[in-house]
Amino acid sequence: MTRLTDKVAIVTGAAMGIGWATAQLFAENGATVIAADVVKPPLSESDHPIDYRELDVTDQHAWKAVVDGVLNEHGRLDVLVNNAGVIDYADITTVTPEDWSRVVGVDQTGVFLGMRTALAPMRAQHAGSIINLSSAWGVVGSEGVAAYQASKGAVRGLTRNGAITYAADGVRVNTVVPGWIATPLTERQPADKNAEVIGLTPLGFGADPRDIAFGCLYLASDEARYVTGSELVIDGGLLAQ
Amino acid sequence: MPDLTGSVALVTGAAQGIGHGIACALADAGAVVIATDIRDQSDLSDSIVTRSHDVTDGERWREVVSEIESQHGRLDILVNNAGVSGYDSLHELELAEWQRIIDINQTGVLLGMQAALRPMLRQGSGSIVNISSICGAASVSGVAAYHASKHAVLTMTKNAAVSYARQGIRANAVLPGWIRTPLTLGQTDDLNEAFLGATPMGHGGEPADIAAAVCFLASSEARFITGVDLPVDGGYLAR
Repeated sequence: MTRLTDKVAIVTGAAMGIGWATAQLFAENGATVIAADVVKPPLSESDHPIDYRELDVTDQHAWKAVVDGVLNEHGRLDVLVNNAGVIDYADITTVTPEDWSRVVGVDQTGVFLGMRTALAPMRAQHAGSIINLSSAWGVVGSEGVAAYQASKGAVRGLTRNGAITYAADGVRVNTVVPGWIATPLTERQPADKNAEVIGLTPLGFGADPRDIAFGCLYLASDEARYVTGSELVIDGGLLAQ
Repeated sequence: MPDLTGSVALVTGAAQGIGHGIACALADAGAVVIATDIRDQSDLSDSIVTRSHDVTDGERWREVVSEIESQHGRLDILVNNAGVSGYDSLHELELAEWQRIIDINQTGVLLGMQAALRPMLRQGSGSIVNISSICGAASVSGVAAYHASKHAVLTMTKNAAVSYARQGIRANAVLPGWIRTPLTLGQTDDLNEAFLGATPMGHGGEPADIAAAVCFLASSEARFITGVDLPVDGGYLAR
């Protein structure tokens, strides 16, 4: 499979879950992949070479260092997958300012900083595909999870803004909206929360990270060259109800 | 492109434009393709089976699907693409014209899903992709019957998705923006310029762009995707 031949891609939050699956699938498809995270991914598990860069997505200087490094080494940046995310389950009345800032910092401001840093080379190349990970909880309400819901909703607006503003510069920006996926994040959730979401999912099962990775692959590739500002929902029918 | 080797696919409205592009892409991806239209399809490759088919004719739908079942033993993919445009505004729209457009664009999709669901329910698997339009989600001036029918396609898609998810059947919609086809090239320059002027990318798409989205949604890569609307529109709906 060579659907991303000659493309250089950064995937954030790539140490595990959706990010790691996406990094691996991109590498299988011929991309040069830079896996960025605060912890190192299990690189030896991949059949194809993947580079690791340490990146705290809330740190704009770290973003610049990573993107400059990629440009120095590879001369271009074609794809950015803003996947890094954290969750907090507190509701509006109980979420601490620290937790609110931490979740919004990673899930929302991290996406903003990633887009801002990647847009410079992508606009200069007149080509690029940015994929931002939202969530079904960025679309419909769920009890609690106030900061996560706020930031995942904001990602959808920021995506459309980026899509419209930079369409004429050849940069595409799209959102992927996962439903329930088996990841370290959901494995740490209360069992009744997981059972509730899977029970509400029409297809009746939770998906694997690779199901989201395939959506990212489509949006990253030239197969989606006319797709921008779209939301690709991958949720087993959860939001269609 | 995703690999569709071993899949059997039925595409309507395949004589030209988007349907033609979808039929070719599905075949390139390895699927056995049965392409139907009321028009001549002789320019499609010999590897694609062609059948004459009016999508408003429920009896003909049953014949086409029965033939596929007896020939191939299954039907994995249905792409309801056949459609017509109609530009009249509400105040000038004749009932007969309304009925003609609704019959093809909306009832044709219903009849197609009904016919395809029979083998798909028996198999416990299947992927339906319905072609709507940016006019299925945005509000545009005029084109009243087209507008209504393409909106209906979206809700019918979600209804099918939710109704048959537990039976292993997925249903999704693709919303093309302005695509270079005989249909759009036959439109007035004013209308085309209005659509392209409102498209952030500033240019139209090609049938291959819609076909790539259809192949993705039809494939097992999209096994967790059902009931969704996927715009392929150069950013039109995002503004």
